[in-house]
Amino acid sequence: MKDNFLFKLKFSNFLFIIVFILFYSCSSSKEEDSHAIKDELVEFKKTKIVEEYAVDPPPFTDGIFPCNDCHAYQEPNSKRRELVEWHDDITFSHDSDNRWCLDCHDVIERDSLRLANGKKLDFKESYKLCGQCHGEKYRDWKVGVHGKRTGEWNGKKHYLLCVSCHNPHTPKFKKLKPDPAPMKQEDIKLVTKPVNKVSDEDKK
Amino acid sequence: MKTKNNRRSFLKNISLATFSTLALSGCNMKEIDEFLQGNFRELTPEEKDEIVKNLAEKYKKRYGKDFTVSDTPAMVGVLFGYALDISRCIGCRKCVTACVKENNQSRDPQIQWIQVLEMEKERGVDLHHSNINYDHEKVPEKGHFYFPVQCQQCRNPQCVTVCPAKATWQEKDGIVVVDYNWCIGCRYCMAACPYGARHFNWGEPSIPADEINTEVHYLGNRPRQKGVVEKCTFCVQRVREGKYPACVEICPVGARKFGNLLDPESEVRYILDNKRVLVLKQELNTQPKFYYYFG
Repeated sequence: MKDNFLFKLKFSNFLFIIVFILFYSCSSSKEEDSHAIKDELVEFKKTKIVEEYAVDPPPFTDGIFPCNDCHAYQEPNSKRRELVEWHDDITFSHDSDNRWCLDCHDVIERDSLRLANGKKLDFKESYKLCGQCHGEKYRDWKVGVHGKRTGEWNGKKHYLLCVSCHNPHTPKFKKLKPDPAPMKQEDIKLVTKPVNKVSDEDKK
Repeated sequence: MKTKNNRRSFLKNISLATFSTLALSGCNMKEIDEFLQGNFRELTPEEKDEIVKNLAEKYKKRYGKDFTVSDTPAMVGVLFGYALDISRCIGCRKCVTACVKENNQSRDPQIQWIQVLEMEKERGVDLHHSNINYDHEKVPEKGHFYFPVQCQQCRNPQCVTVCPAKATWQEKDGIVVVDYNWCIGCRYCMAACPYGARHFNWGEPSIPADEINTEVHYLGNRPRQKGVVEKCTFCVQRVREGKYPACVEICPVGARKFGNLLDPESEVRYILDNKRVLVLKQELNTQPKFYYYFG
């Protein structure tokens, strides 16, 4: 009787060891697997060269450009004033207390913009002008974080200029009409009619 | 007249029945194949090609258009991440519409993978007081901000843990996908997801044939059937081809950013390095790859 018990004990010990070994080997192999995946993930190689393309700046109002068509024949007047005869359709609310037209438009070369230091600037490079004051936004825009980019996340990207979204004279983003709200839960109906149930319309 | 039930008529009938069964089964061989199809992750490339080819034929029959069904695998060295600028979103729901179109979501019964929550600025990010049914003439509404929620593509996805059929998993590029052929519709994943990001096809999905997107991925926007769960896949059919997700492309304010988290020069990495970032329900340790930030 006693022998039998001892044998049982030994056998159970033996079994335990075998099971332990099996478990250990299983768990260690699993660990190796997960490491393999991790290494593969961490290894990063730049495969594509990121190219960037500006989309064309938004068009000018019809017949407004080139400015020199009119301004070439006019005496430049750099006195700050309210415009009444021409350009009175422009609402200007862009720090209007401190700024006016000739802070950005050049008084002599009418077909170009000007930086604060007097440097002339083509209309295509207007973002540099914006960047003079909005440095943080300019920095974010250059890396693609401010503003919209389309195209490929790892390749060709198209970016918009500041003036594509913000009217330089009234830069605040315009309100939009939202797309329709999702269907309310109580309005959801089954598409198929329930079986074995005759509706009132069918009875008629 | 009484019909004869003799041996001759029995033989005649049984042979007829056998032939018709054979003919029927011949018609449905592909359906039987589809029914017996293995788990997508265990299929050989040849088997996948065959499945994808059959699906394209099936969809052509149903919608009368040529479909491109892809099974493009994850790129090596890519872990997708997403960032959304809460200070910029105006709640216009353009992303919702673009997502529905791109990903062939059912119009009726309605399924939308993105939900835009309107929140009061006074309360901050407070889900209990948020509203998805806002219907203003113009947005943004004064005193409110907008908080779009979609699949957060968790690194620790509980929806995957609970799936009893192994029908949903995280791919190597970090996208959590569903194999609609293996989904049994138990909706455990929907109960496990703390973001309400998974949606169930309670009815047969309906999409107008002229609005269907024919560029589909097996694990993404291919047409679904009744009784399966679906979710945002970061537009797997687009991003594995290098394109931005549809919601990123459409956003009129540029609030949505997408890229490779392993690329130190990517837009998302710049945001993580330089901006104030938060994840939704951080305390649950789901570890989302979807970040909200203040630009």
